Amino acid sequence: MAVAQPNRLQEGGRIDRSRPLAFSFNGKACEGFAGDTLASALIANGESLVGRSFKLRRPRGIVGSGAEEPNAIMQVGEGAAAQPNLLATQVELHDGLVAHSTKGWPTVRFDIGAINDVFGRMLGAGFYYKTFMYPRSWWKLYERLIRASAGFGRAPGEPDPDTYEHMNAHCDVLVAGGGPAGLMAALAAARSGARVILADEQHEFGGSLLDCTDSIDGKPGAEWATGVVAELRNHTDCTLLPRSTVFGYHDYNFLTIAERCSSHAGIAHADAEDAPQGHGDGGAAAGRGSGEAVAERLWRVRARQVVLAQGSFERPLVFCNNDRPGVMQASAVSTYIKRYAVLPGRRAVVFTNNDSAYRTAIDLATAGAEVAAIVDSRPGGGGELAGQARDLGIPVLEGHVMTDVAGRHRVRGASIARWSGDSWASITPSIRIDCDLVAVSGGWSPAVHLHSQAGGRLAWDDSQLGFVPAQARQAHDSAGAGNGRRSLVECLADGVRAGTEAVSKLGLKPAAVEPPVVALVGENPIEALWRVPAAKDADRCPKQFIDFQNDTSVADIRLAVREGYRNVEHVKRYTALGFGTDQGKLANINGMAVLADILGKSIPEVGTTTFRPAYTPVSFGVGAGESVGPLYDPVRKTALHEWHEAAGAPMEVVGQWHRPWYFPRDGEDLHAAVARECLAVRNSVGAMDASTLGKIDARGPDVVEFLERIYTHNVGRMKAGRCAYGIMLGEDGMLMDDGVMARVGEQHFYLTTTTGGAANVLNWLERWLQTEWPELDVYLTSLTEHYSTIAVAGPNSRRLLESLGCGIPLDKESFPFMTVRPAVLAGMHVTLFRVSFSGELAFEINIDSNRALAMWQRVMEAGQAFDIAPYGTETMHVLRAEKGFIIVGQDTDGSVTPVDLGMNWLLSKEKDFLGKRSLRRPDCLREDRKQLVGLLSSDEQTVLPEGTQLIEETGQPTPVPMCGHVTSSYRSPCLGHPIALALVAGGRKRKGETVYAALPGREPLPVQIVAPTFYDPKGRRQHV
Amino acid sequence: MNTAPRRWRTSAHGFNAMLLIECPWCGPRAETEFSYGGEAGIVRPPDPDALSDAEWADYLFNRANPRGAHRELWNHTHGCRRWFAVERDTVTNQIQRSYTLDGTAPEPGTGSGTASKLTAESDTTSRIGSGG
Repeated sequence: MAVAQPNRLQEGGRIDRSRPLAFSFNGKACEGFAGDTLASALIANGESLVGRSFKLRRPRGIVGSGAEEPNAIMQVGEGAAAQPNLLATQVELHDGLVAHSTKGWPTVRFDIGAINDVFGRMLGAGFYYKTFMYPRSWWKLYERLIRASAGFGRAPGEPDPDTYEHMNAHCDVLVAGGGPAGLMAALAAARSGARVILADEQHEFGGSLLDCTDSIDGKPGAEWATGVVAELRNHTDCTLLPRSTVFGYHDYNFLTIAERCSSHAGIAHADAEDAPQGHGDGGAAAGRGSGEAVAERLWRVRARQVVLAQGSFERPLVFCNNDRPGVMQASAVSTYIKRYAVLPGRRAVVFTNNDSAYRTAIDLATAGAEVAAIVDSRPGGGGELAGQARDLGIPVLEGHVMTDVAGRHRVRGASIARWSGDSWASITPSIRIDCDLVAVSGGWSPAVHLHSQAGGRLAWDDSQLGFVPAQARQAHDSAGAGNGRRSLVECLADGVRAGTEAVSKLGLKPAAVEPPVVALVGENPIEALWRVPAAKDADRCPKQFIDFQNDTSVADIRLAVREGYRNVEHVKRYTALGFGTDQGKLANINGMAVLADILGKSIPEVGTTTFRPAYTPVSFGVGAGESVGPLYDPVRKTALHEWHEAAGAPMEVVGQWHRPWYFPRDGEDLHAAVARECLAVRNSVGAMDASTLGKIDARGPDVVEFLERIYTHNVGRMKAGRCAYGIMLGEDGMLMDDGVMARVGEQHFYLTTTTGGAANVLNWLERWLQTEWPELDVYLTSLTEHYSTIAVAGPNSRRLLESLGCGIPLDKESFPFMTVRPAVLAGMHVTLFRVSFSGELAFEINIDSNRALAMWQRVMEAGQAFDIAPYGTETMHVLRAEKGFIIVGQDTDGSVTPVDLGMNWLLSKEKDFLGKRSLRRPDCLREDRKQLVGLLSSDEQTVLPEGTQLIEETGQPTPVPMCGHVTSSYRSPCLGHPIALALVAGGRKRKGETVYAALPGREPLPVQIVAPTFYDPKGRRQHV
Repeated sequence: MNTAPRRWRTSAHGFNAMLLIECPWCGPRAETEFSYGGEAGIVRPPDPDALSDAEWADYLFNRANPRGAHRELWNHTHGCRRWFAVERDTVTNQIQRSYTLDGTAPEPGTGSGTASKLTAESDTTSRIGSGG
């Protein structure tokens, strides 16, 4: 390859030239080396145009080298495993990587949307609000157009094939950031015996040390960092997490870390054997290694102390066309040269208001580039580094500013003018310099994001022109550049201080840690330069960008102020300043400074900004973790589950329970099976697994008094051995749960609840016992799993049980309806309930779950003589609906009282019970409340969809008032026509009247209101 | 202002804010082990029938919803299943203290509050209700 990697330097960098990697960018084959990021490899290949801006579609290039990058947003990978919205500066290059720009159509170089830039003056702040309001009926069209042009990348359409996991961890000291300060803090804490987690977003620890030219303790910075990491690795209580971004700081020192375990290598789902172990340093996930590699891991860490050492971001300067590809952060240029051995340009101009960019000029010259000039706004210029730059023959223009750059897809030149010191007075450039790279430094902003997320305050530091951390609200401290320390010497010392203080607060004896020896470089102070004026005024000059990602310019902020916005939070929302995926890491300070300048206020008067998680974008996959697919929710199975499966029953999920839906025979469909099962129960006998019903054992001296307060009926009048249908209400009078409750002894009850309500009811009862009535001596125990319930229903159920061998008489007189008896059935101890949810003669066998399968099998064998049918939830529903028995949560919705359901007979007049007083509230006494009724379709054919709305008459103008809705609806096999339960306004007094069911796609169907009991309305069959 | 802990206002699974709550019986545990029970000190009227609709509605619906110190009930649902009260600042989410409902100091690990009476911690108004 003759011109492969034209911008790659012949030597240096932390790349491995023996491991070339092939990748593609927008379909073009490219080559890089192991150790590259996607960004450094793109620069090496001369790809300076990486995307288009969000609104104006201006061509954009790489600006930074890390989390602050606003432009180089990529779609990486293809198909189901594609990841949108990744920063090229944070994507590690791997062989076969496929990357696409997320903006630009049909291509990044020729983007039709770039027409927006021509009309850019019309697309100022608030453009969407002002333009797309009218006419109202067009909003749907507008929305489609705006949505099509919004966003960064596309979410894959297929399920994510990768594996993610969550990990909980505790530590004494969590250090966020593994640069000079973070390493020293971790070292100080680890040497003192603290349990330490050190997390850094890059794959190598060291941060700025990886490209620094200073020597530490006589060694190059990167080599010194390697030594510190080696020592930390030897501390068994120190967990090192590279490729791990601390992205959230929540209450009570709870922090969230996203670790890229193998997703960076692009192989998580393909080749698990070769997948690198994400945190082999920590060892916390030891044992994993077979099966699928984890792509990303979410660490949920509770830390006793936190040291935030996340460094700082170099700010851009604000001048005309400062967004052109080739205008970069000075520090990023240095990083690309020294860490990745790529040269971002051949002829550079450096523009700065502080000393750090002189380092970049020296790096450029050392790497063989020509530095045409250093433009320094300060009349006095720089300190020691300026002298070194001059020694290399680099021209320095002190007291000058860059007003504009030429070039569209790439910088071609820069215009320079003498600096007047007035940001708003027009100036005319006097010098024009040809160049292909502009390296800019506007000063440094400490990365205070996590400090701010934790609730910490910020203070404005006038000497450095930036917000630095002030009072912490939780147990955290900041260190290093993120704490406003500028020089390497200060950062190292501050790290030692923070680590030592953290362990002291924990009561540990701090070990002695000497900060290493580094030469201090004398610097001249930074000077404020928030906006460079141009020849024309700010509204007519070429765009001066503040927020690259959101295309927010100085003119936009001026417009917002002209239109009356003063508060920084309002201005941010109106102009979208700081609202991108980069959360304004580069833009916030410049934006606030320009706003302050316009308003004539100081920056701290204008305010700070509030940072929220996540610090950098986090994948949905790592948020979901393992909770996907079968692990999304726990699965509860009854003791008979395997029998149901072997019988071929499809399952219905009820709560977390998997219940058999129906038991098809010989290729029956749902309807055929349910019809057969229903008729079997009505005419002979059927059996159902009712084990999922909640079961609570309640006993104690005060159990009667307690249950009197909970249930609406007279519990005390029940004799031992009696059952009752009981309901409980919330204090608002609405039906909460129902079920059969049995008095099995004088001070002993057995309560059943609905399947879905079991846990809630137990919590509800416990709550009243513990908080309101602690004087009541009552003990509650959940028996839901311990006992299984087999319902045997139908006219032949008694004969079936007798044929099994039953130790007690089952005749009507000895064992009447709504009673309970202990018994020995088929040689097994059971509790027999004579209750019915089908309206037929029926028994419920409660038995220890370990014996449930044996009992079920005996019932099925003996049942063959009666052609027994096992039946599922669907048949249960049909049978109970024929009888008008409600299902809580289906026929009720939390707004239904027992009076609405016609259950007045259950409400005791002799005592108080929870919710009773609410039934007298005016709203509960309204005549037109929705009440439970039955419905019959006039055509005797249509099974009304559940949820169907009911209307009074046809042909009304929309919106049509609704008078009720269908809650349960089935075809009744034994009646031969559809039946439905519904809640209808004032329905109980409307029997015989006709209302209309509003059905999608057809004429409203007349339906007749009837009593909600369709079958055996006198209830004789269950009493036989 | 919404006094519900922030977890119920944002629902991103795994990323939620997480309180560290001191169960009087089990010690400090993560918020995910607990369930929230609303304002503490709401006493069920001993004779609901004697109340006007407005008075009953006041008991049923109206809550102090303060900005600042808020006494509230929590249940250690995935632990000892005991109810207790905490005082939480609704602005900062800081929990000042947590205490049993009868003001006794529990024997650690016993799940019962029958040990020595802590008069200093005793908070009679925190007892929910009078028993009616």
